[in-house]
Amino acid sequence: MMDLRELYQDIILDHGRHPRNFHAMAEPSHFAHGHNPLCGDKVTVYLKLAGDRIVDVSFEGRGCAISTASASLMTEILKGKTLAQAQALFKTFHAKVTGGDPVATPSELADEAERLEPLTGVKTYPARVKCATLPWHAFEAAVKTGALGAIVKTE
Amino acid sequence: MSIVSPLRPVASGGFDVRLIRRDFPIFERNPGLVFLDTAASAQKPTPVIDGVAEFYRTDYANVHRGVYRLSAASTDHYEKARETARRFLNAAHADEIVFLRGTTEAINLVADTWGAKFLEADDEVVLSELEHHSNIVPWQLLRDRIGFKILAAPIDATGGLDLAAFERLLSPRTKLVALTHISNVTGHIVPVETVIRLAHARGAKVLLDGAQAVPRLPVDVQALDVDFYVFSGHKAYGPTGIGVLYGKTALLAEMPPWQGGGSMISTVTFERTTYLEPPHRFEAGTPDISGAIGLGFALDYIDGLGRAAIRDHEEALTGYAVDRLSAQAGVMVLGAGQRQLGVLSFTIEGIHPHDIGTVLDQNNVAVRAGHHCAQPLMDRLGIAGTTRASFGVYNDESDVDALVSAIKAAQEMFRA
Repeated sequence: MMDLRELYQDIILDHGRHPRNFHAMAEPSHFAHGHNPLCGDKVTVYLKLAGDRIVDVSFEGRGCAISTASASLMTEILKGKTLAQAQALFKTFHAKVTGGDPVATPSELADEAERLEPLTGVKTYPARVKCATLPWHAFEAAVKTGALGAIVKTE
Repeated sequence: MSIVSPLRPVASGGFDVRLIRRDFPIFERNPGLVFLDTAASAQKPTPVIDGVAEFYRTDYANVHRGVYRLSAASTDHYEKARETARRFLNAAHADEIVFLRGTTEAINLVADTWGAKFLEADDEVVLSELEHHSNIVPWQLLRDRIGFKILAAPIDATGGLDLAAFERLLSPRTKLVALTHISNVTGHIVPVETVIRLAHARGAKVLLDGAQAVPRLPVDVQALDVDFYVFSGHKAYGPTGIGVLYGKTALLAEMPPWQGGGSMISTVTFERTTYLEPPHRFEAGTPDISGAIGLGFALDYIDGLGRAAIRDHEEALTGYAVDRLSAQAGVMVLGAGQRQLGVLSFTIEGIHPHDIGTVLDQNNVAVRAGHHCAQPLMDRLGIAGTTRASFGVYNDESDVDALVSAIKAAQEMFRA
């Protein structure tokens, strides 16, 4: 088993304690609820899209340090990105945390992928992988189901 | 032709955890393991592990079928396990013991047979806020078909069942009270004697979920005068996939079959089938033969240690744990003024239960983190989840000390 500090790196602890973009959005164009039935954690992701560009993104909910930090980092990274770029980042991230075949990120997103690197420590803690992916699944559901809102589960 | 007698616990006189731990090979294979999740499932002692293996090696065949000697031996063992379960609960008759997959299946069976036959649209079923999902959802499924009302008796400020509020919920419309005997979240011991007396006074039947109580307390269904009592084998040091429904003879006799198949019929034609009497009426198909036999060994093992001794041991250990955890800044034990046994939940200021669970695991301390299949209780307490430590016969104060040290490590790591 690896050192716990590789899972709980300072950046994770910091975002877990002081999540960024942690608020409901007044007029989102899209939002979705994410729910992990295993632990009861809940997250709501709000989006403001202009065409296929993410103009604004925020979240609220209750979760562990990992899911809160993941949501917080996600919102910081996705602001200003296109949906295609967001999708590419999620694919790379998902493959990394689930131990799937590596998915390369386009070079223009190398910095963003790098910022998600501290979260990939969850891959050696199978029970915690869903904590890290929950906000991303909620983001994906928000995009897909429009402004009506949707509930997404982690499996 | 018979299997070897199950090994007896080495412990003699007094309750010596050091000796008891030697009965559980998991601790030898996992040195340093601090196992505090017995409420989810207990570890297995050698008499159960070896007893089941020995049964497969020597006397295994299907039950209630063959005329050959092996099948007769297997049937003997299976029915002997039923007698062991009868004795364990002090039921009046072995026929009042139905072998099922566990607590969940037993409650579903009672809902689908007794409930479906006797509950009507304007009846009421009283549960409590302490219930596990397995004692909520089967009643909801039935309610959606029949239309009766489900009432949840509230907990009081200290986290125990509010008896006065419970009594106010009872009325002539109350047909069933279905409650846990010991909360799987807080370890609160429900005053079941009073509950049963109050319910019976209104003519209601009572079902008790004994999943947490059976491995921790002497249970006497006749003294309690309880109508249905259910528990799981795997939380009582037995195999998974086996459990017990106790029902009073008169109640079981009026209940229609649940699943149809072999072993539960008397005669079958395409026009009409007649059914066996309980308990076989409710055991369709080949049962979990080795599971039932393993459960018998587990119950023997518990009785070998002595249930009063187990209760005293876990009561002392729970008290020690509550004291040590409560003394730790930032740690809050749920329901700490209540009589608790073997199970306790706590929260730590500023740290999510899942993060606590991971740090504890890193320190070789196995606990459960989350909602414990009791989401209504979590909502009532206004929390997302808790960290739960629960004890078995193999735990002692050193396990609690390890828990407290690991909690300190978690607090250190997450210190704001």
